[in-house]
Amino acid sequence: MCGIAGYLGTPVTPVPKAKLLEGMVGAIAHRGPDARATRVLPGVGLGHARLSIIDIAGGAQPMASADESIWLIFNGEIFNHIELRQELEQRGHAFRTSSDTEVILNLYREKGLDCVDDLNGDFSFAIWDAPKKRLMIARDRMGVRPLFYTERNGCLYFASEVKALLQVPGIEAELDPFALDQIFTVWFPLAPRTAFKGIHELPPGHVLTATPDGMNIRRYWQLDYPDADGDGPFADRSEADLAEELRALLFDATRIRLRSDVPVGAYLSGGLDSSIITAAIKQITPEALRTFSVTFESGEFDEREQQQEMVAALKTRHEELMCTQSDIADAFPLVIRHTEAPVLRTAPAPLFGLSGLVRMAGFKVVLTGEGADEVFAGYDIFKEAKLRRFCARQPESRFRPLLYRRLYPYLPQLQNQSQASLAAFFSAGGNALDDPLYSHLPRFRTTSGTKLFLSHEVRRELGDYDALAEMRDRLPDDFRRWHPLSQSQYLEAAFLLPGYILSSQGDRMSMAHSVEGRYPFLDHRLVEFAARIPPQMKLRALREKHILRKAVEDILPQSISNRPKQPYRAPDSQCFTAAAAPAYVEERLSRTAIEEGGYFDAGAVEKLLAKCRKRPTVGTRDNMAMVGIISTQLWHQAFAEKAGTERPSAEPRAVA
Amino acid sequence: MQVDVRSDIREFIVDNFLFREDRETVSDTESLLENGLMDSTGVLELVAFLESDIGIEIQDAEIVPENFDSIENISNYANSKLSKNGG
Repeated sequence: MCGIAGYLGTPVTPVPKAKLLEGMVGAIAHRGPDARATRVLPGVGLGHARLSIIDIAGGAQPMASADESIWLIFNGEIFNHIELRQELEQRGHAFRTSSDTEVILNLYREKGLDCVDDLNGDFSFAIWDAPKKRLMIARDRMGVRPLFYTERNGCLYFASEVKALLQVPGIEAELDPFALDQIFTVWFPLAPRTAFKGIHELPPGHVLTATPDGMNIRRYWQLDYPDADGDGPFADRSEADLAEELRALLFDATRIRLRSDVPVGAYLSGGLDSSIITAAIKQITPEALRTFSVTFESGEFDEREQQQEMVAALKTRHEELMCTQSDIADAFPLVIRHTEAPVLRTAPAPLFGLSGLVRMAGFKVVLTGEGADEVFAGYDIFKEAKLRRFCARQPESRFRPLLYRRLYPYLPQLQNQSQASLAAFFSAGGNALDDPLYSHLPRFRTTSGTKLFLSHEVRRELGDYDALAEMRDRLPDDFRRWHPLSQSQYLEAAFLLPGYILSSQGDRMSMAHSVEGRYPFLDHRLVEFAARIPPQMKLRALREKHILRKAVEDILPQSISNRPKQPYRAPDSQCFTAAAAPAYVEERLSRTAIEEGGYFDAGAVEKLLAKCRKRPTVGTRDNMAMVGIISTQLWHQAFAEKAGTERPSAEPRAVA
Repeated sequence: MQVDVRSDIREFIVDNFLFREDRETVSDTESLLENGLMDSTGVLELVAFLESDIGIEIQDAEIVPENFDSIENISNYANSKLSKNGG
């Protein structure tokens, strides 16, 4: 795990090219504190910051083929590198190291751009093919590892994080108002757009090739579901049979993610998914396992009891980080430097603290349960959409809307609402059953309420722009033929997962403390297999992740395998409006700072702040708006204002 | 004598849901839900306000859009509750 940065072309810069590369890599040194190196070649420059995990002595980068015609920089892991190496050796390839890096290099020499098809891993890498004068940049299928790029004066620059690109003279940070609109509608910018105007993200599952003559971007992998009509690919297979195959795949996905030359730990949230991964690790390796978790003061968010139950059942050595509201508020400016995007939730902050704890414990690698909700239909929004369709079939039913209460047992407010109000909310704006975004319309509608706070200037620039229309345009051609559950799963797995979960809560938070997250549920073999499983085996009535629970029921305590979904949540706006809130809140939300940024209506922000301070429990919209406004203001300060010339700390921090 | 709570309710709505200076007013009959001024959790903020500041007790079954969707509806509902309590 590492950070990469480079360019193709001739940089226009007053400093030597090597110096430029060093600056770029230096800005992302937190991703790879163990070693740094740069290489300037004719027409191309490559830089690398290394976190040593596999072949600590031999895996140095940039790595070249023996004849120095092919050069590689690589961030991530290839989990099937051992199998690939054996195959390559049988076909006559010689290896000088035992690194997974060299496996990519040899695979590229044999298969060219198609090498990505054989890789099972989380990666972003760049290969310079000198004879062909061609740069290839690739990103993993699910979007675990990041890659950003931009062009200036005919030169292509790319890097693992935007802050490396901002080291290039002439590349300035400016907030893209359309990205802001997207974040305040769906929680994240729609790739390739980023929060930074003119800076793009290479979307997951894509390969970019660039030569002196031009650039081309192509998709090499697409998440895909069977048609709703017809028997489906698994029509002749029993549930027990599919559960068995699922289990074998999950165990193999976990097994190859334990490959490492340094010790591997695990996050244990207390929920089903991380419990499954922890239990699977214990089945695979008898070694003592170290686990880590976040706890909260408030019972509304805390899952300590469940964590302790799993710790006792699996006998892991466990450490926890108690995350207070002040911890969240104090860490938030640094968190936003790492997310590099405004966010509407504080949930990244506790994960930032947690990776600090992991690093302090001496670990570089953790396995987590991330991805199970997308792949096996765990999120409440899937149940909600199913219920909404169920209610829409008999709109006059008084009984059906009462089922909504069963959806969110952990939201006390919802239990107090009558069926009429439940029905009104869950159908609000979402009556269009044929809208491809049907499942997500109530959420998007509530979120869009936050745009109330955008300034006149931003609104004028946006005109009648519609982020949801743009999202609809990006759906695959056969989307409409899929089952409604598959459609909503796709919206989560192809949009929210890479756009927010794996980036703002995942890679950016763990790499802030040089910790690599590995996600067995996101092994593409498992993802492809799960997509073909009939929807009713994933969401049986209102039991989420049914077949997954079935597949692993004998390795978990029953109380955990039957536990309903408790989403990971953290305290939001109250972190910033409590009496003990840090001083920057007042400053960042002052009329001066708001008007300087120009993104929000200063009067509206003033009222919101006053309201949140007066009434500590505000509604969803106001909660999201408060976090969104603060994070945008912090983003502005960190990037656009150039106040933060000092770089994010690469030092481990135990407490957020 | 019955006090009309409409102005208190209006003040609460304006302070807590209106926010923008370019939207100084909201009409008594305007739908708060449909116009995005209030979301479903906003309804619960309103319920808390009616119970603590106006002093009426609200049954779950009464939390319906007909009672809560506009300043007029909220006021009529609150006034009728108050007159029942008072009477």
